[in-house]
Amino acid sequence: MSQIEAFKHAQPVPDDIAVSTRNICKTYGSVEALKDMTLEFPRGQLTSLLGPSGCGKTTLLKIIAGLLPPTSGEVTVNGKPVTGPGPDRAFVFQDFALLPWASVLRNVAFGLELRGVARSEREDIAARYIREVGLGGFEQAYPHELSGGMRQRVGLARALSVDAQVLLMDEPFSAVDEQTRRKFQEDLLSLVQNENKTFIFVTHSIEEAVYVSDQIAILLPRPSRVSEIIRPTGFRQKSADSIRRDPEYLDIVDDIWASLRSYVE
Amino acid sequence: MVYRPLFLKLLSALILFGAWEIAGRIPVSYAFPTFLDSVAALWRMIIDGSLFVAYAETLKPLVTGVAISTVLGIALGIWIGLSRVFDWLFSPIFVVMQSAPLAALIPLLVMAYGIGLTSKVFVVCIMAMPVIVLNTAGAVRHTPENIKAMCRSFMGTRIDMLFKIIIPAASPLIFSGLRLGISAGFIGAILSELKITPTGVGDIITFSRSIADYPSMYAAIFSIIVLAVLFLNLLERTEKHLFKGNDRGYVSD
Ligand SMILES: Nc1ncnc2c1ncn2[C@@H]1O[C@H](COP(=O)(O)OP(=O)(O)O)[C@@H](O)[C@H]1O
Ligand SMILES: [Mg+2]
Repeated sequence: MSQIEAFKHAQPVPDDIAVSTRNICKTYGSVEALKDMTLEFPRGQLTSLLGPSGCGKTTLLKIIAGLLPPTSGEVTVNGKPVTGPGPDRAFVFQDFALLPWASVLRNVAFGLELRGVARSEREDIAARYIREVGLGGFEQAYPHELSGGMRQRVGLARALSVDAQVLLMDEPFSAVDEQTRRKFQEDLLSLVQNENKTFIFVTHSIEEAVYVSDQIAILLPRPSRVSEIIRPTGFRQKSADSIRRDPEYLDIVDDIWASLRSYVE
Repeated sequence: MVYRPLFLKLLSALILFGAWEIAGRIPVSYAFPTFLDSVAALWRMIIDGSLFVAYAETLKPLVTGVAISTVLGIALGIWIGLSRVFDWLFSPIFVVMQSAPLAALIPLLVMAYGIGLTSKVFVVCIMAMPVIVLNTAGAVRHTPENIKAMCRSFMGTRIDMLFKIIIPAASPLIFSGLRLGISAGFIGAILSELKITPTGVGDIITFSRSIADYPSMYAAIFSIIVLAVLFLNLLERTEKHLFKGNDRGYVSD
């Protein structure tokens, strides 16, 4: 990986690690989806997993979520090994995964419902997050009455309302239109700043990864591995709308493309 | 949500009854009464109470059989849908049951269980249960993976998964199985009264045919159809009430 100038943006990794994966391997039958994946996710920051389709991003995220067992290796959250889903992690699904028969209110409160929180309490919490994601007034609507972007806001509110320390987001904005996606990305930036949570964010969009991330792990396919870790820091303090014109932002986007292009036929 | 307007319902009923009336007046067959004659006969049977006496008899196997088929059918269907072993063990029985010629089975049932209520309940169940079981099992097997993963990721238990994900997600197909199954159960109830022992509505049909009182015969048949339609509408209301957001694109009347 000598051609990677992007390392000049690299910063030392902070020592407060919320999630780490150690030597994770995952095979589906004869398909080797992940091989020896070792990564660390700093607390309170947003780390992107960036890579082309099929390189194992969803697989890694599901292993961290405890939804899939790794073939070998270990995931720890706050130093404790993961054996299954836990209250410290919440998942935002690419295809929203809403209950079509439940109102927005019940969908958002569903994570709390499964945790046995009393109805009035969980509905209060859900209503607060529904307003926070900008869906106030839609509490009694059903998912089929909402646009794709609004559905993902429901999925996000559901994940936020269980107040997990780690948010796992699997290409959450890939199924929404471009304008909505940009708005989402801006909202995500303020979410990372305001909520003291660790975000693990899967995307296949280079621009999106550079725009929202404190740290980007670039995954390469076949055999899947981490090719590099990039920590864009120079423009994090800038306002949401000037980032896209920042020279460092543009440089990193170019560098990543330069290192990935050889893997895209 | 597609509510067919009342006006259209009335119009289609009007066309149907109009056609019946005309066909009866031509007449298509000397054994085919007009609509008005049939309604008059129905009215007579309501006034003299014989219709209610008949239904008291017919509803026994019908209600028992439909209740058993619903409860047992849904329970078995869920189990078959959840367990591969159970699927392998039981699905073939219901596939065979669904395609078996019922008329050929009735003598066997009568030999085994006599000519009483038990045999009639069996006939209703054989008609109603397979489609309920198979629909339920298919729907359970095809619960969307993403909402199952969602339930697990928010730490739902297996009970949560069953009652909050699998059953509600399967409910549209379960209800369509119930609609088909219960319609078939109505047919089964009448069939059993025609083939085993003439009681209730089956007795009215058999008896009025034997004395060539065709209006009464058609009135009895008409009444059972009306009852079935009313019941299916009630079922649909229940479904709409229970699973509001689920009804997009498939609930009709
Ligand atoms: N359930 C599965 N069974 C078999 N192969 C799978 C399964 N899930 C994913 N894979 C394979 O593993 C690889 C990684 O998949 P995935 O993690 O979904 O990639 P990504 O999310 O990066 O697009 C792909 O080649 C995919 O075909
Ligand atoms: Mg994926």
